[in-house]
Amino acid sequence: MSDQASPETPKAPSRSSSTLSSWRASYRRYRNEHKWLGWGIPLAVVFLAFSYPWWGLEGPLAFVFNDGLGIDSDTLFNMSVYVMLALGLNVVVGYAGLLDLGYVAFFALGAYTLGWFGSGLFTNLDWHFLDTNASRLPGIHLSFWVVVLLAGAICALAGVLIGWPTLRLRGDYLAIVTLGFGEIIPDVFRNGDDIAGHNLTNGVRGLTLLDRPGFGERIHDASGGILPVRYTSLELRPWYFTVLAMMLITIFVNLRLRDSKMGRAWIAVREDEIAASAMGVPLMRTKLWAYAIGAIFGGFAGAVYGSFINGIFPTSFSFQISVIVLVMVIVGGMGNIWGVIAGAMLISWLNFRGLDKIGAWISDVPGVSNDFSIAKYKFGIFGALLVIMMLFRPEGLIPSTRRKAEFAEGEGQATLYDARA
Amino acid sequence: MAETTPKNILEAVQVRKEFGGLIAVNDVDFVIPKGSIVSLIGPNGAGKTTFFNILTGVYKPTSGGVIFDGTPISGLPPHKVTALGMARTFQNIRLFHNMTALENVLVAMHSRIKGGVWRSILRTPGLKKEEEESRERARELLRFSGLPGRDDAYAKNLSYGDQRRLEVARALASGPSLLLLDEPTAGMNPEETANFTDFVAELRAEHDITVLLIEHDMRVVMGISDRVTVLDYGEKIAEGAPKEVQHDERVIEAYLGTAATA
Repeated sequence: MSDQASPETPKAPSRSSSTLSSWRASYRRYRNEHKWLGWGIPLAVVFLAFSYPWWGLEGPLAFVFNDGLGIDSDTLFNMSVYVMLALGLNVVVGYAGLLDLGYVAFFALGAYTLGWFGSGLFTNLDWHFLDTNASRLPGIHLSFWVVVLLAGAICALAGVLIGWPTLRLRGDYLAIVTLGFGEIIPDVFRNGDDIAGHNLTNGVRGLTLLDRPGFGERIHDASGGILPVRYTSLELRPWYFTVLAMMLITIFVNLRLRDSKMGRAWIAVREDEIAASAMGVPLMRTKLWAYAIGAIFGGFAGAVYGSFINGIFPTSFSFQISVIVLVMVIVGGMGNIWGVIAGAMLISWLNFRGLDKIGAWISDVPGVSNDFSIAKYKFGIFGALLVIMMLFRPEGLIPSTRRKAEFAEGEGQATLYDARA
Repeated sequence: MAETTPKNILEAVQVRKEFGGLIAVNDVDFVIPKGSIVSLIGPNGAGKTTFFNILTGVYKPTSGGVIFDGTPISGLPPHKVTALGMARTFQNIRLFHNMTALENVLVAMHSRIKGGVWRSILRTPGLKKEEEESRERARELLRFSGLPGRDDAYAKNLSYGDQRRLEVARALASGPSLLLLDEPTAGMNPEETANFTDFVAELRAEHDITVLLIEHDMRVVMGISDRVTVLDYGEKIAEGAPKEVQHDERVIEAYLGTAATA
């Protein structure tokens, strides 16, 4: 029947067995001979990422990255936040296979957590805990780092509350319900300025004057002035390093969970719910964990983002964000951390700067009108990109080996188990 | 509810399952003595798989109850039933096709592995040790089930017979005291079938596992079963030693004589 099939020789020479795959294969061989590459390359990448302000923003390569591609410190921060969001969503979509179209809800909730615990929203209160503001302001002001953790915790809780009734649904139904939640949560914030007489969200006016991260005088002095007392809107490097550090934590957790009991259970649930549950995997618990962990990272990202832009408005958290983050995961390669990072960097660059830059390049071509703005067609372009990816490379830019196998399956092996059922 | 007598690992009392107006399983009483190999046979559509699904928790019976090893299990979700020590294979293979053979087996150890999410993230020494032990046990199970050297092959790339073997290996990984096999030899050639029959006998002899078998191949059924139960239209029409059942008139009638010729 299928005895001739062996794992070494994929039955269908799929389109994905292209140059990239052969590069990967030869890289794997090379890495097996040179073990240090296993940690050497990630370390080098981390070093390059942290040192970007010195070689990309200014210095030798600034004319390519800062001027040419337009990756300035502002864009850099935004890109990092989106990489984090994409990595969080990767747990939900890439690992557990739960199509979540409302991920923005957790991003928003994280930002509003900062509003609750790090702004003057509750003027009649006067709670302070290690905050690094210059003067004692009214309201609740907890240390930013505590707020970030709180944002993660609140989002995890919200994830469980939302997931409890909805994760029983499968496939398309789950997508629609999560889509609904993504729409409802910003609406709740919009109308949250009068909940039984309490102003919880300041409604459409949004929240401003938010606390910023900082380490306080004592740590500032102890670190020899390296760690800032509080972040400012003039010096953006600490912001970038902060998101980068959070991103590293996200990657770390992604990697560890992928190779754990929970990671295996997620894939099993994605593959076959009935079989997974018959093998002792509790479906609800497993899905809830994926949802909650994804939510935690959404919350982290939301809190930092809110503080950075120093304003949280219900309109900032639109459905578009859910879609863009999902596109990042799909374009990059669901389930593969490096693919997701690459996809997130590419799409967020296009979103924040790239399309403007490309438009400008096109306008510079003699004979093209000056007011040609490619950014206007942003969503058309992302949509087209998604369609093109689905047609030519459904497994993503850098797919996980597992996903690649999955997409190759329709091309020669489907009958192996479908026809027999 | 009555306690199971120590010699019966499973007792089903007056189990009934209705789908709308259709009575798929009609008040069936059924016991599996500990350490035995029991077969459930019957023509297509007799309700065998439905009965299986009730035992394993996929369906909740309309009425009646199932007691497994002293614990009432009707209404429990499948993963809890599995944790109590009942494992199954599927009639139409339901492996995790895009996972390796080893990973398939590891998934089934879910309820036996303690390591939680936080410990997995921190990768504590205890967890590392546990993970290594699980992998070793999984490799051992694969060897035992006749899949040596196939650890890292994707399940879908295995041959049909190997996929059947992997299903059994996976079921065994959950550490069952009762193993339910749903038509395990379907699609196997006579040689594979004979090997598989020996394998099941070995499971009982060396691993103390009780086996419930749904099977169409009468050579398998008559060869290894201690008891045979026959279902037809959801009703139990005969029960007893293979020889007795083989000569039961109602059974011959239900099968239109195929049992006699087998």
